[in-house]
Amino acid sequence: MSTERLEVRKTFKLLINGAFPRSESGRTYEVTAASGTFLANVAQASRKDVRDAVVAARAAQASWWSQSAYHRGQVIYRLAEMAESRRDELAEHVALSEGLRARASQLSVARAIDRVVWYAGWSDKIAQVFGGANPVAGPYFNFSLPVPSGVVGVIADQDSSLEAFVDAVCAPIAAGNAVVVLASEQRPTPAVLLGEMTATSDVPSGVLNILTGRTGELAPTLCAHEDVDGVDLSGVNEAFADELALLAAGSIKRVLRPGRGDASLARLRAFLETSTVWHTIGQ
Amino acid sequence: MSRVSTAPLRLVTRDDRAVQLPSNSSLPSIESEAQLRGLLGALSGVDAVGAEARAAKLATRSLKKSTKLAALDLAISMVDLTTLEGADTPGRVTSLCAKALHPDANAPEVPSVAAVCVYPDLVAHARTVLGASTVKVAAVATAFPSGRASMAVKVLDVKEALDAGADEIDMVIDRGAFLAGRYGQVFDEVVAIKELCGATHLKVILEVGELKTYDNVRRASWLAMLAGADFIKTSTGKVGVSATLPTALVMLESVRDFAEATGLRVGVKVAGGIRSAKDALRYLVVVNETAGSSWLTPDGFRFGASSLLNDLLMQRLKQHRGAYVRPDEFSGD
Amino acid sequence: MSDDLTQSRLGAMTYDPAPESAAIVTFRDAYGLFIDGRFTDPSSHDSFATINPATETVLARVALASASDVDVAVKAARRAYETTWSKLSGAQRAKYLYRIARLIQERSRELAVAETLDNGKPIRESRDVDVPLAAAHFFYYAGWADKLEFAGYGAKPTALGVAGQIIPWNFPLLMAAWKLAPALAAGNTCVLKPAETTPLTALLLAEILQQADLPPGVVNIITGDGTTGSALVDHPGVDKIAFTGSTEVGRLIQERVAASHKGLTLELGGKGANIVFEDAPVDEMIEGIIDGIFFNQGHVCCAGSRLLVQESIADDVLRRLVRRVDQLRVGDPLDKNTDVGAINSAAQLARINELAAYGEHEGATRYTSTCVLPDKGYWFAPTVFADVAQSHRIAREEIFGPVLSVLTFRTPDEAVAKANNTKYGLACGVWSEKGSRTLWVAQRLRAGVIWANTYNRFDPTSPFGGVRESGFGREGGRHGLEAYLDVH
Repeated sequence: MSTERLEVRKTFKLLINGAFPRSESGRTYEVTAASGTFLANVAQASRKDVRDAVVAARAAQASWWSQSAYHRGQVIYRLAEMAESRRDELAEHVALSEGLRARASQLSVARAIDRVVWYAGWSDKIAQVFGGANPVAGPYFNFSLPVPSGVVGVIADQDSSLEAFVDAVCAPIAAGNAVVVLASEQRPTPAVLLGEMTATSDVPSGVLNILTGRTGELAPTLCAHEDVDGVDLSGVNEAFADELALLAAGSIKRVLRPGRGDASLARLRAFLETSTVWHTIGQ
Repeated sequence: MSRVSTAPLRLVTRDDRAVQLPSNSSLPSIESEAQLRGLLGALSGVDAVGAEARAAKLATRSLKKSTKLAALDLAISMVDLTTLEGADTPGRVTSLCAKALHPDANAPEVPSVAAVCVYPDLVAHARTVLGASTVKVAAVATAFPSGRASMAVKVLDVKEALDAGADEIDMVIDRGAFLAGRYGQVFDEVVAIKELCGATHLKVILEVGELKTYDNVRRASWLAMLAGADFIKTSTGKVGVSATLPTALVMLESVRDFAEATGLRVGVKVAGGIRSAKDALRYLVVVNETAGSSWLTPDGFRFGASSLLNDLLMQRLKQHRGAYVRPDEFSGD
Repeated sequence: MSDDLTQSRLGAMTYDPAPESAAIVTFRDAYGLFIDGRFTDPSSHDSFATINPATETVLARVALASASDVDVAVKAARRAYETTWSKLSGAQRAKYLYRIARLIQERSRELAVAETLDNGKPIRESRDVDVPLAAAHFFYYAGWADKLEFAGYGAKPTALGVAGQIIPWNFPLLMAAWKLAPALAAGNTCVLKPAETTPLTALLLAEILQQADLPPGVVNIITGDGTTGSALVDHPGVDKIAFTGSTEVGRLIQERVAASHKGLTLELGGKGANIVFEDAPVDEMIEGIIDGIFFNQGHVCCAGSRLLVQESIADDVLRRLVRRVDQLRVGDPLDKNTDVGAINSAAQLARINELAAYGEHEGATRYTSTCVLPDKGYWFAPTVFADVAQSHRIAREEIFGPVLSVLTFRTPDEAVAKANNTKYGLACGVWSEKGSRTLWVAQRLRAGVIWANTYNRFDPTSPFGGVRESGFGREGGRHGLEAYLDVH
């Protein structure tokens, strides 16, 4: 008789509207470690899940934007606190997913957490860096304010299971958007873990929605969905990106092409609109 | 060389803190819609941020010990214990009236509430159960809660409530007419209902959740008061947004200013969404610091509520016992 | 409608005492100087007492730093700058600042009580304004530490080195936050001198810095008096002086550093004009006037100490104001229902009394609250002077107490002219429902901060500071970094 303790194995589920459901399709798919060994059965999201996630994001976004920038920063910082306290777990999954040695995965997680902190400090700086008063030629007080686009669809990088994921979701969220993200198809578990941490960070339900599944199946639905205001195509190749960009064009979405997100503050700028107000000045 | 003041030193006295009331108390006469519009248009606007900040600051007042106990009892005496459901029956009203008379079975010293509030067809039954007690019977009328019916229907609704023995009528204004700018029509309707009521106490429900802006609340308050309201009331309790502290603040400022202008005291009733004793006490603080002593009585301020009463009783008991109390100490209805 | 209508007394319902417990904070009997990460005795072993101005009881003894102590502190700051702080990345500096912000939040009740005990301000204000803003300031600047290249000062702005910072007694913890947070974010190390009468929350902050594991010497906190401040201003090892206080002292400091290369920013006095037009939202405007001058007992550099009210509504405004003033609850600062607390010191009380007496002498009409003042402690009943003229001392000199001077105007340009007719230029208020006029007036006011339909609003993102003899430099916002970067 074995005296070794049997572990309780985890089911990796979707994150939609602050809850962790399985796919409405009931499907799962096998995710293996980089070494080929079985890692987990992960929920395989369907088009309907995409639809539900977009509904949740839209419902949450107005209220997220109406919070003070200070509050948004606090929430994102708390996500960093949660991630820091569970960094060993994150490192284990990054190591397995990406085939990294322990030290390298710990460094990757440390960088990812530091990125979350970086974004936490952006929320109350965006208006100052991207907005300002405009000296129009006339008796008008004129100022431009950056406002979030609304609901942003993200197709996360396929290879970098945590660091790139953090960049892709924290930037739009810090700017006041709500996000529906398709995690890396083969390396989704670190993202799912981060999603769990949003539940204990006061991130309001619906602000971040994480879907796991087949990128090829879900990306077109997300990019064609008319109630999505912008899409980040980091996680697809150029050819697929062309296809998706064409779909996105149907509802005049803002599109961030693969590889463009690294330009200075591109991710913050990509999903911001500029709203300019004129007000007369006179007695 | 600077002048030395020859005027006597003017110190602010306790009386200066008071709301000054002119000796002739009467309603100004409104001759036309244009005049009414001019009057309402001349009212000061309300800065929403400032009003909400003032209300939030007042909400930080801490009521302890004897102040708290006195305030809880005062709040209980100001409750209009309400049931306004389609499913109401005489049996339901009987329970309600019993509770209204003796809110806490174990504590006869707890005051009765101010009134029960029911639909017109249950007034007669409430009257019978309450007998000659101090608890009044208030009826909602005028096609409550929407007010969307002909004037004839609304008048009949009020008449039937009066005939059944209602002591107080809670009417609704026509919000559609108000928002469409037909102030004269809204005014005339209130005047007509007040005439029907005679000496019977009339509350005019503004439905602040539909008026949306504080400027509208101020205007509607003055309109109702100029038309003869005895009380202005925030809400029917039947729409999404009901009484809030800033709305009550604006209404109390309005009744204070109206009293200074005309010598007439109009009461304020807050209704809808007030469930906790903590909330109720916050309202009393706002009354205290906005309009003052004349309004700190059931003739000046009311709470339209149902579950609030039990929370007031619970807090009262907690103050006496020193420990948190379980809800089942008190009757559910 | 009631027949027996009597005068309605505002505040008729009295509130029982609702004291916040002071037990949450324990002061040491004596504090040393916080240098190089630990508390040390001053070289001379000199100390002085700090008292609770509401009761005149001694709270603790604090060290009096001499010139040689200042030298030790500056050297510690220099060492820390060269060996540690300048070698850290912005992201690392950010993390320390985030830790400090979080610790302030965690110890907020304790800090609020301590501030009220040492300063005399109502607990409601230390709890709801001072402490939360202090934490927010650290949070905000933490976020700039690793983003300096985006702040508009060039690709790689660098720190100045060692900052000597001297702060006033009116918002002790908050002023410490306003000084330390941007300086540290920008990469400087600091020597901070708290005000003589209010050292305690700065010393609690020192404990917080220890809890945050801030490297020794990065922040040094040296208590003392005017001589300590002078020694700091004069010290050649300091690269930058930041001072908040009176214009008189600011002038002396500027003279002292004039021949040096030290950077200097000053945040000095004011005689803020609160301008009320006839279309102001009346009830909120009354609250705004009250907030403008009685918040923090009027010990506010940006206080709306002059009310400029349009003549057409002056009588009604005065009537409402006087009624509202008498409702202010003056008393035990630890009572949660207190609106106005104690005057910070006997010296300040004497000054307020002197100027108020002069106001009567000059012919203004005095209205003073009938509130009952406690026997012990330093108290001044909220006061309004009406019929004030531009030439009166009480219209020109900063009183720094709960005294409002009321003047009138007829037209917008007269309001602007009167508001600007002062050597100061810190803050003003404008009350009107007409946006175009508010903006027109704001454009013409010579002031660093203009509040429209509000007053005394502060935020770490919003630059604060004055023009003319109210000083130069800004605290808060992206602009607040400029004072601590080598960009001149």
